This record gives sequence, C-alpha cells and structure tokens, in this order.
Amino acid sequence: MLVDDLNREREMIISGHNACPGCGAALAVRYLTRALGPNLAIVLTASCWSIIAGAPPLTALKCPILHCPFPSAGSVGSGLKRGLEAKGKGDTTVVVLAGDGGTFDIGLQALSGAAQRNEDIIFVCYDNEAYMNTGMQTSSATPFGARTNTAPYPLFKEGRKKDIMQIMAAHGIPYAATATVAFPDDMEAKLKKAQSITGFRFIHVLSPCPPGWGSESADTVHLSRLAVQTGFFPLYEIHNGVDWKMTWMTDKSRLPLSAYLDRQRRFKQMDKEKIVALQEELDDEWYFLMNKVGPADRC
Amino acid sequence: MPEKKPVLMQGNEACAEGAISAGVRFYAGYPITPSTEVAEHMARRLPELGGVFIQMEDEIAGMAAIIGASIGGKRAITATSGPGFSLKQENIGYAIMAEIPCVIVNVQRMGPSTGVPTAPSQGDVMQARWGTHGDHPIIAFSPASVYETYYLTIAAVNLSQKLRQPVIMLLDEVIGHMREKVLIPDTGKLMVEKSSDNVPADWKPYDEKGLTPLVPFGFGHYYHVTGLFHDQYGFPSGDPEVVKRALDRLHDKLEKYRDEIVLTNYVGHKEPRVAFVTYGCSVRSARAVVKKAYWQNRWPVGLLSLQTVWPFPGREVEALARQADVIIVPELNRGQLVREVERYSRGQAEVVPVNRYDGEMITPDQLMEVLGRWLP
Repeated sequence: MLVDDLNREREMIISGHNACPGCGAALAVRYLTRALGPNLAIVLTASCWSIIAGAPPLTALKCPILHCPFPSAGSVGSGLKRGLEAKGKGDTTVVVLAGDGGTFDIGLQALSGAAQRNEDIIFVCYDNEAYMNTGMQTSSATPFGARTNTAPYPLFKEGRKKDIMQIMAAHGIPYAATATVAFPDDMEAKLKKAQSITGFRFIHVLSPCPPGWGSESADTVHLSRLAVQTGFFPLYEIHNGVDWKMTWMTDKSRLPLSAYLDRQRRFKQMDKEKIVALQEELDDEWYFLMNKVGPADRC
Repeated sequence: MPEKKPVLMQGNEACAEGAISAGVRFYAGYPITPSTEVAEHMARRLPELGGVFIQMEDEIAGMAAIIGASIGGKRAITATSGPGFSLKQENIGYAIMAEIPCVIVNVQRMGPSTGVPTAPSQGDVMQARWGTHGDHPIIAFSPASVYETYYLTIAAVNLSQKLRQPVIMLLDEVIGHMREKVLIPDTGKLMVEKSSDNVPADWKPYDEKGLTPLVPFGFGHYYHVTGLFHDQYGFPSGDPEVVKRALDRLHDKLEKYRDEIVLTNYVGHKEPRVAFVTYGCSVRSARAVVKKAYWQNRWPVGLLSLQTVWPFPGREVEALARQADVIIVPELNRGQLVREVERYSRGQAEVVPVNRYDGEMITPDQLMEVLGRWLP
C-alpha cells in the first residue's frame, strides 16, 4: 500500500487548484489540512492562496474558507472563533492562513492584537519571502540581497528579514514554531501539537516559490531542505515565549549558504561581499538562536 | 514645445513618467493590482535620478510617507487601487486639512472589496470626492488615454504644489494597462514654480490673505502642522470664526483657480442635438461613436470629455445642456457622475445614463444603439 493511499482519506486539498507548478504554499496547506482536518475553518487573507483556493463555484479545499481583507486576518479569525464558541461550535479549529505580506507587513497589527489577547486560533504564515501574487515585490520577509521587482537590478533588498518569531515570542503566546515543506512529519507534528494547545498559536512555514525565487519547480523540496541545512531557516519551537527548542539539527556543521543561494535566480547578481554579509547576518542569528535554545534543547 | 520621438508606453508607466517629468523624486507605496506597474517603474527610475523609492509595509504607510516627504521638500506621489484607496482616506483628509501637496493615483478596479482585481471600473468616482470624512474640497483627474495620463499627471503634480492640495489621479484598469504612443517633450519646461521660491520674510503657513507656498521644514521657518482646525500660524483653534475661515480657505483656493483646475474637451457638432458627457476609458467608446455619427455622417452629435471630474465641470455641462436635447452619460458603474450631470443640466436636456458594471467596457455598438433612439 502506498503512503499516498494511506493519506487519501485525510486529504483535504483537491487536484486542479490554481497554484503554479512546484508551489511550496500548496504543499504546506496540504500538510496543514491533513494534520488539522476535518473539523476546520480557514480564514484566508489576500495572498497567493486567494487564487490557489479557486474561483467560485470551484474550490480546492474541503473546508469552509473565509476570504478577508488584507490587513485583518488576525481580527477576522478572532471574531470567527468567538462566534463559533458562542454558538457551541468551539471544537472547530480556526486556522488563519496568511502570506508573508499579510503577516509581517500589513497584517502585523491585527496579528499582534490577536496574539496579545491570546485568541484561540492557529495563525499559519506561509512565507514565500515577497508579494508573489502581484508579481514579486519586496516585503519585510524578503532576505537581504534578493532582487525583486521593486528592488530590481542593480538594486537589491536592503536590511534584514524581519524576525517574526522573536516578535511572536515577545507576545508570550503558548506555542510558536517554524516548519517547512521538506520536513512534512515535523510540520504535521507541530501542527498537531498546536491543535492540542489552547490559545494563540503561530506557525511560520517557509514555502519556496519557483517563479518568484527563480528556481526550478522540481527543486522546491530540495530548496526547502537546503534552507534548513544551511541554517537559513532553522526548525524550532517556542513554548510560552521562553522555552526554545530545536526540532531538527545536523550532526555536522551547517552547509555554506551558497549551496542554497546558487539555486535561485533572485540571488544571481549578488556579489561576494553581499554573500559574506548575508552569511555573517545568518551566523549572528544562529548564535542568538543557540543562546536562546540552550545546550539541552539542541535536539 | 519641441517634442522627442514618440514612445510606446503603458498607462501606468506614463503616469510614473509624467510624475518624474514634473519633478517628483519620491515614491512610497504598496503593491496592488492593477497599479503595481507604477511602483515598479518608479523603483527602476527614481534611484538613477537621485530620487527615493520606498516600498512601505501597507497602504496607509504609503500615503503617510508621501505627506512626510512633501513637508520634507520632495515632490511625492503614491499609487494604489480600490482597497488601498479606502485605507488611505484618513491621511488624504489630513493632507487636505494641513494643505500638504501630494498626488494619489488610484487605478480603479471592480469593487466593492476585492471585487475583480483585473477588471476595469469607474466605481470610485464618488469615493474620490467624499472618501475621506468632513466637508472638504478635492481635485480629481480622469485621463482617457495614455497620452492624457502623462500630461494630466504633470498637471496634477504642479497644481498640487501650487495650491497645496492633494490631487487624485483616477485612472481605470483599461487606461492603466493599455499601451499607446506618447510624445515626451523636453523636460525642464514642465515644472511650475518651485514651491519655496520667493518666500516673503513675513511668510505665514496658512496666511489669512490667501494662498502661500509651502516652505519645507528646515528652510528658515518654524511652524506648526496639524489636522486640527488652525489659525494662520498653524496653531490649533476651536474659535468658531477661525474654524469657519479655515474651511472657507480650503474651498476658496479651488474656486479662485477653477480655470486652471477644470479641464474638459469638446469634439463634434457645434450645435449638437445629442451629446455624450463622459470621462476615463468610457470616452474612448463615445469618441468612436462621434467619429462615425459626426465625422462620417454629419449627424448633430458631440462629446464633452471630462479630464477633471472633481471639482465637477458644472458650467461646461450647463452650457452643453442649453444646446443639446439629450445628454448621454456612459459610465462603468451603476450611475455616479450622471447625478452631477443631471444637477447641472437643470432640466434643460434629457439626461440618459448608460451603465455597465460586469467588468467589461461599454462598447461603441452599445452607445450607437442608445443614440439610435433619437437619431436615424
């Protein structure tokens, strides 16, 4: 029996959705719905998934979807959950699904409000590191050095990627975790753990985007794995904002960043100095993370 | 005016280029279909001109940043579409009240809400007029071609500087995304007086005597800028007399310079029996009808196209209503500007709306059919 057959009954995303070939976000939501379904409601803010989910009367998901305005994902999710609770349907898992723009930028205020109130929702950010739905414009999740359509060559994204996990940790929410599509078991385990906890939960998912990143569509899972192996996107979880724990770590040292960058055209014009600068930035963050995690929880 | 060779340009690019020709060197905005090309063009062009391009974290921030830049001494512009235009409204009101020059481009798409992001619409006409709260004046232009987009953006930037008044460029998806020929003139002649030139020693930011140029911060004058009602020095006041005078001041400056603000264009029969009054992309369909009915068949048909939609060109419409028996108003909405046309026609002509709101343009055939009710 194939693994696929085992999962078929749990599958909540239907073939024929509107994602581009090799879309990391489509995979991410596939794992998400498998882990959290079937008693699930999704609040969806403007992002690629507004398109992927399908235009009426077609839909790619076997659960109700509430598309909401761009800045309001956290708030609409809060209202939906409380409304369901008031109607005695509190057992439904409310998931807010937002891209990096709807989380890091325009959605941050509503996200912060919901986190501070400790609303009983799971906020999932699928991070493809730019505004991909409108055609690859810079967001504050875009990594240093990447080229976008609002930072075209010879320009590049300046400044660091916003550390959303630290922001969420600072809210002291019960559970926050990073995940990515190359590690589906890890992602499912984290989502299931999140579902078992009450209060605000945040999952940050790195979702490679072949057209935006300029990568091969067959490379999505590989890139996602390289992001973890190079330390570009470490996998960890945070309980109550203070208890940091790695969930995946290489036995040997991290791979050099160039292994990850070289496979993406958005980093193609990056000169050596900038690559060194990005590597240093990454090393700083790694050092910071290791300090937070402590020797016992390095997995 | 010596003109360079014609350039093939997209409407959104022409808007960005027009702004650059008029001296805009600051852009702050947020990506939204169908206006994103304005931002992307600015991102390419401004850094090479020594200007500033900032991608902001949301729509509100885009609007707020151009207000800051304007007070900082840069000519500034932002671009958006319906949902973003809604978010910008509070800051637009602030810029009107504090008399801060800026240009807001709204490339209209089908609404309400997310609507159809890639379908044309003229549904934001009333929002451009009354989107922000309070009894405020506003200037809004609606170009009907890529060429007009280029020149009206220049006019918008210059008027905004001169009158210290936010100006809205009301494009629609058709004009924003179409490509047409534009003749780009020599630059340098397209900028009106710099706002801070020839400032008298007794300069007051909101002088009771009338319009004063904006002096950016750091250029020799300390003053107070607020969204509260304020006296001529910019200090907040609740004095009924000061409040009334301040609001009158905002309206009076538009009234005084009306002839520079209100731009319309009439083509067709000198004494039309049936006339079209329209704006934006709907002008194109009406022009095709006038071409056939008047230029080919000499029917008494004319077209008044409104480059300025706010303040409404009431006098021009009133004069037309005195001549024509019928005025047809095609619009890509359920009928917004047609009410203004009715108001100014004062019953002298029958006003007939032609509306389409399915995400498609009004076709010349559709207008020809309506015209057929009165003419052979």
